[in-house]
Amino acid sequence: MSKMHVKLTVNGKEVEGLAEPRTLLIHFLREDLKITGPHIGCETSHCGACTVDIDGKSVKSCTTFVAQVNGADITTVEGLTNDDGSLGVLQEMFREHHGLQCGFCTPGMITRAHRLLQENPNPTEEEIRFGMAGNLCRCTGYQNIVKAISASADMLNAQKEAAE
Amino acid sequence: MIPAGFEYHRPGDIASAIGILEEHGDEARVIAGGHSLIPMMKLRMAEMGHLVDLQAIEELKGIEVGSDTVTLGAMVTQHELITHDGLAAAIPLIREAALQIADPQVRYVGTVGGNVANGDPGNDMPGLMQCLNATFDLSGPDGNRSVAAREFYEAAYFTAREDEEILTRISIPVPGAGVGQAYEKQKRKIGDYATAAAAVMVGNGTASVAMTNLADTPVWSESASAALADGDVNGCVAAMLDAIEPVADNRGPVEFKKHVAGVMLRRAIDRAQNRAG
Repeated sequence: MSKMHVKLTVNGKEVEGLAEPRTLLIHFLREDLKITGPHIGCETSHCGACTVDIDGKSVKSCTTFVAQVNGADITTVEGLTNDDGSLGVLQEMFREHHGLQCGFCTPGMITRAHRLLQENPNPTEEEIRFGMAGNLCRCTGYQNIVKAISASADMLNAQKEAAE
Repeated sequence: MIPAGFEYHRPGDIASAIGILEEHGDEARVIAGGHSLIPMMKLRMAEMGHLVDLQAIEELKGIEVGSDTVTLGAMVTQHELITHDGLAAAIPLIREAALQIADPQVRYVGTVGGNVANGDPGNDMPGLMQCLNATFDLSGPDGNRSVAAREFYEAAYFTAREDEEILTRISIPVPGAGVGQAYEKQKRKIGDYATAAAAVMVGNGTASVAMTNLADTPVWSESASAALADGDVNGCVAAMLDAIEPVADNRGPVEFKKHVAGVMLRRAIDRAQNRAG
């Protein structure tokens, strides 16, 4: 199969490459672009470790062909740091509230939580759990993941208020 | 898990998409959100030389809420169904069911057209569309035609759609004011397909009842619907349990599935009746 020209915006930077249409986005990110934040977990669209943000939607990049997202704007966990490279609010709150144990699910958790809080800046605990249902933590560390997301919502809202 | 190679197409209108399907016949398949097809491709249970991506076709998008009819473009995502307030006001059953499909990531890309056209008995929308008496619009080389959702499903993964046809739109009559609706789904875990699910509309002397994943097609029962319209809940449940044909699998033995089917149906009827004006 001939390769196609792929052009994406990833974490604010324009990137280009050649890929077979059958290439899965997760493989293109990790192997071609060396962006290894998104993880390959179950590879069957259940676990959410490969979650990235595509044009404002949380998507499992193991179940997406790079051909389908040609031209898209993609954000991975690497793109959620502050401009100076320090940890972003969600990343910092996951650290502070021990929202990770082995850490394998964390990039997907944080990337999904980012979109959840964009859509719902004041989620209840139930809304967080329902909104995070596409991400599995095999360490079963959900309690602290929920706390970290809830704390992130509070901090983001406080920052927004302070800026206004 | 790397799928077999294919040539990728992204046509900009329905006619071009049909042209590609005509040109390549069996070798070509359309892809909508891809969350049913891509897993099958990764397992190499589906292989095709040509993949026709429908995402750039504007004619397949959009939700239109009229006073009598709602139409959904085939490429409308579950997420769009959930977040459309006009749709939720006209037919609340759709949001209620869509929220019980898969998980947030899958709902952002999974489409209503893919869900109904795939013919997977586990999908929720086919039974829902039979309950709502929806009509599917198909476009193919020989023109356009419409097929009632209640006539569309022939067997698991076999539908009235021909290989060179594309399901383009879904039309749904808006249930009258006073009609209560409910979707009730039992699943092993969040994101799972139903062990049993029931879609119910009741009110104004009418009723419609359909169930999901209890046969190799969705099951809409005329006699169960008629019984419920007469207010005979036990008769409705008995008629539906007679109509379903569950098979034993990792969601349980036949006896269990029939039991769960009865429970789901009764709960859905109860909630729909409470919501009826």
